[in-house]
Amino acid sequence: MSTRLASGGRLIDRSAAREFSFNGKRLTGYAGDTLASALLANGQTLMGRSFKYHRPRGVVASGAEEPNALMGIGKDGTFEPNQRATTTELFNGLEAESQNHWPSLDFDVGVVNNSLAKFFPAGFYYKTFMFPRPAWKHVFEPIVRQSAGLGKAPKDRDADRYEHFYAFVDVMIAGGGIAGLQAALTAGATGARVLLVEQTAHWGGRAPVDGVEIDGKPADEWINDALQALEGMENVSVRSRTMASGVYDHGYVLAYERLTDHAPEMDGPRHRLWRIRARQVITATGAIERPLSFAGNDIPGVMLASAVRDYVVNWGVSVGDRTVVVTNNDDAYRTALALHGAGLSVPAIVDARATVTGDLPEQARAAGIRVLSGAGIAMVKGKKSVTGVSICTQAGEGASTDEIACEAVAMSGGWSPVVHLWSHCGGKLIWDEDQAHFRPDPSRAPTGHDGKPFVIAGGAAFGELSSAATLASANHAAATAAEALGLSAPAGDTPATNDPAETAMEPVWIMPQGAGHAKRMKMWLDYQNDVKVSDVQLAAREGYESVEHTKRYTTLGMATDQGKLSNINGLATLAGALNDAIPNVGTTTFRPPYTPISLGSIAGEARGEVFQPLRRTPMQDWHEDRGAYLEPVGHWRRPYCYPAAGESHEQAVHREVLATRNSLGLLDASTLGKILVKGPDAGQFMDMLYTNMMSSLKPGRCRYGLMCNENGFLMDDGVVARIDEETFLVHTTSGGAEHVHGHMEDWLQCEWWDWKVHTVNLTEQFAQVAVVGPNSRKVLEKLGSDIDLSKEALPFMAWTEGKIGGFDARVFRISFSGELSFEIAVPASQGRAFWDSLHDAGGEFDATPYGTEALHIMRAEKGFIMIGDETDGTVIPQDLGLTWAISKKKEDYLGKRAQARSHMTDPTRWKLVGLETVDGSVLPDGAYAVAGGTNANGQGNVQGRVTSTYHSPTLGRGIAMGLVLNGPDRMGEVIEFNKVDGGTVAAKIVDPVFFDPEGEKQNV
Amino acid sequence: MLILECPCCGVMADETELAPGGEAHLKRYGPGSSDEEFEGYLFHRMNPKGVHFERWRHANGCGKWFLAARDTNTLEVFATYSAQTPEPPQHVLDAIRAKRPDWSLDQ
Repeated sequence: MSTRLASGGRLIDRSAAREFSFNGKRLTGYAGDTLASALLANGQTLMGRSFKYHRPRGVVASGAEEPNALMGIGKDGTFEPNQRATTTELFNGLEAESQNHWPSLDFDVGVVNNSLAKFFPAGFYYKTFMFPRPAWKHVFEPIVRQSAGLGKAPKDRDADRYEHFYAFVDVMIAGGGIAGLQAALTAGATGARVLLVEQTAHWGGRAPVDGVEIDGKPADEWINDALQALEGMENVSVRSRTMASGVYDHGYVLAYERLTDHAPEMDGPRHRLWRIRARQVITATGAIERPLSFAGNDIPGVMLASAVRDYVVNWGVSVGDRTVVVTNNDDAYRTALALHGAGLSVPAIVDARATVTGDLPEQARAAGIRVLSGAGIAMVKGKKSVTGVSICTQAGEGASTDEIACEAVAMSGGWSPVVHLWSHCGGKLIWDEDQAHFRPDPSRAPTGHDGKPFVIAGGAAFGELSSAATLASANHAAATAAEALGLSAPAGDTPATNDPAETAMEPVWIMPQGAGHAKRMKMWLDYQNDVKVSDVQLAAREGYESVEHTKRYTTLGMATDQGKLSNINGLATLAGALNDAIPNVGTTTFRPPYTPISLGSIAGEARGEVFQPLRRTPMQDWHEDRGAYLEPVGHWRRPYCYPAAGESHEQAVHREVLATRNSLGLLDASTLGKILVKGPDAGQFMDMLYTNMMSSLKPGRCRYGLMCNENGFLMDDGVVARIDEETFLVHTTSGGAEHVHGHMEDWLQCEWWDWKVHTVNLTEQFAQVAVVGPNSRKVLEKLGSDIDLSKEALPFMAWTEGKIGGFDARVFRISFSGELSFEIAVPASQGRAFWDSLHDAGGEFDATPYGTEALHIMRAEKGFIMIGDETDGTVIPQDLGLTWAISKKKEDYLGKRAQARSHMTDPTRWKLVGLETVDGSVLPDGAYAVAGGTNANGQGNVQGRVTSTYHSPTLGRGIAMGLVLNGPDRMGEVIEFNKVDGGTVAAKIVDPVFFDPEGEKQNV
Repeated sequence: MLILECPCCGVMADETELAPGGEAHLKRYGPGSSDEEFEGYLFHRMNPKGVHFERWRHANGCGKWFLAARDTNTLEVFATYSAQTPEPPQHVLDAIRAKRPDWSLDQ
């Protein structure tokens, strides 16, 4: 059992106790503990259950690579799942719960999967898809869904705040170990702007734990000196608890700072996402120790040798009284020596190498520790915790030569550089035979906009595992960065270190090398996803050769840890099964983030009211004061309706429609897009933009037009007013103004750049009010005007300008409702006053503000199409019966050639018609018209669909428009439409103009 | 997150300021063109791993369209240049060939 030692622990403060709870149990740790070290100190070695087999799992690592000890931390609005206990700093009141078990961590029903392991082989999910077909739906899917996922998703709104932070630096250094510090010292001395980030709360990385001495000083002392020197440099910034999470194109780097995770009582944002532009990036991200593949290597108590050492040295925690060390390299002997030095027992060091020399093994022998060379672990004993190991010869098949009782196993399969950041933006790797790992290939570095490398790996991240080589490599990285920046680096000496002479490691991918299938089925490669040596070998036998395919098929290296521990061992196993060399098999792609970052940090401040900037019309305050119900239209918030007290939205909309049709309605149409198109070639350009002829429009007149994209599909529509010979004012849909303006600029700048045309988006320069209804002229005349507003002087589809009620007005006689209607634009600054005066003057006519829903109903009653309702990006004007608005005289317009394609001229394209339900009800929006029979996929055949559907208060019944097969030729026919809750509703095909087809109401 | 220099306003623009516009130097085919020509114009794109000519708009900046010659694999930018040209100008071709001697325009 694990426990806290009476002394030791360089990171903990024994005078500062910290209370926390685990699965509701109250426990105590110290300031400086991680959740993992505090749990181990309390004897809690069982920390979770595995994903697939629900096997008991303990902590394996001591840092970001931890695959097992994932916890749900916090509660309610601060709950977050899948947090690593190893990177969670302990604080008073921390609440943690383990995951992936039912009903409890100690007794988990799901562990039955473990006994069924042979039925859950590699590719289990995919195999269940295939056969038998019905089994997926009724058997496998419910099981998989039940057991899927690690932690639970939070249910409450995130109570914390997050922020983004922008930084521009010359040199960004990821990793605050001795390599990162040395690189920062060297780069800082050149005067470059340097940002150094470290993911943990502590600087110096592994050096203090490994007993490194630098410049004759203990590592801790050198690290403090280095930090002080860096803090004294104005051009250098250092941030701890900040992880460089990804390196992207042209030197863009994201870093993730955890500001208050360790002290939630602190004010301020919880996480900060740094968005950094770096001219040079140095990755000093260290290395991660690899597990060894022996039977039972996932039993709680089996840990990485470096982690065992960390827990003893950093936190004064023993993971067991007796620890067997198993290794293929010298480094693990440091663990044996550290344990021995702490007064703990190391019954044996099991070394797979046939001959074991070197300084560290000699020190171990001198300390009286038994060293078994050429040996391996045949099997770990124990279920929920280690009780012992049986020893075998590494060269054999696993016959037990000895049995050793122990509580912990410290394993080391060698070290793999953390190459993630190097690889994110295209850095390539080379296979290092001597150290059996992939390391960055400096000749194939990520390149920037100038084609030159911008990422440099240094220290252990470059594969330099001794402290002397690490520091030299870091110095070199900093000098290389300085040179790339055109700075001269002072030739600083690499500090001297006390490294013992280490002998070569020897790759061991399976222990023992001749292990049979039964053993290989107990050798875990990927703890988090329950992938074993046997699974990867099975995948290879089933024909998986690509490492990327094997990853997906077996789930090796997926989920939250992305193979930090399993990657190399898995590749080596696959290479072995394929009888190929490891570098030929290659690695899977490293993708950001390095470890998961919170969604909150990605969102930053963009939530709630400041999620996005909103656009306001000059009359917006009036709408809000009036209690309008707003709906989003692009970035606008337009009134949908203005409910009176006690009125439902539906009642309000109906009242607004009837008031407008019977007397006077007022619409804030300021959101309408207004684009000025001006120049000697404006007419020619307008003819290309619109399907109909615009160049023939006379100044003073308006014309409705359709705009298509080059694919022929309808894109926008609206009324064009010709201001003068060279000037057109284009009205677009409210949501389409920016897009249409961009479309115009694209063609003007990139295709017809010799045409003399200039465009300006004037949308926000004008407030616009639609004054609509039989009394609209009267209210304008009452306000007083120098414009003759009579039918004769200002007929339908004419425009003019002058004064109305003292306001500078441009008046358009256009109508989207079928009523007598004046759309009046005034300068935005006069908008609110004009709106107010219309309401004052309109009092005697029961002037009624109306919203977008009333607008929609009135246009549908008139059979006018709406972009986004009748169109969806696949509809051409010809589908909508708008051939009258398509010029046959013009040689060309955007979309003309596309509309001549065979599919576009196919007579069976669905066409626009009106639809009237037989029973007067409202058709469901988007409903399909059934055609009887089924298609090749067994789906019911259809012959049309509803595009707009409303209750018409004017007609007292449901009206709709839709696209129907041969629709215009089937007037009067009744067809059936699907309803949402099953069944159908019958509707008659009619003309889409439901109201005032002769236009008698608007032409007055 | 590319950085491209807008040739119109001279700003080194971050990708968040830019809107992509696909392949550059397409020849427009309108009414009267064959189905094959029109299909090629509307749909067929190079999508090379290597040198590529692209349209970009400095949308959240000066608003102007420009063209970029760029390596889609290494992300190297050879040149950005005016959109008002039907084919890559000589100085752009020279800049590419200086870095990619084996490259040719019709690859």
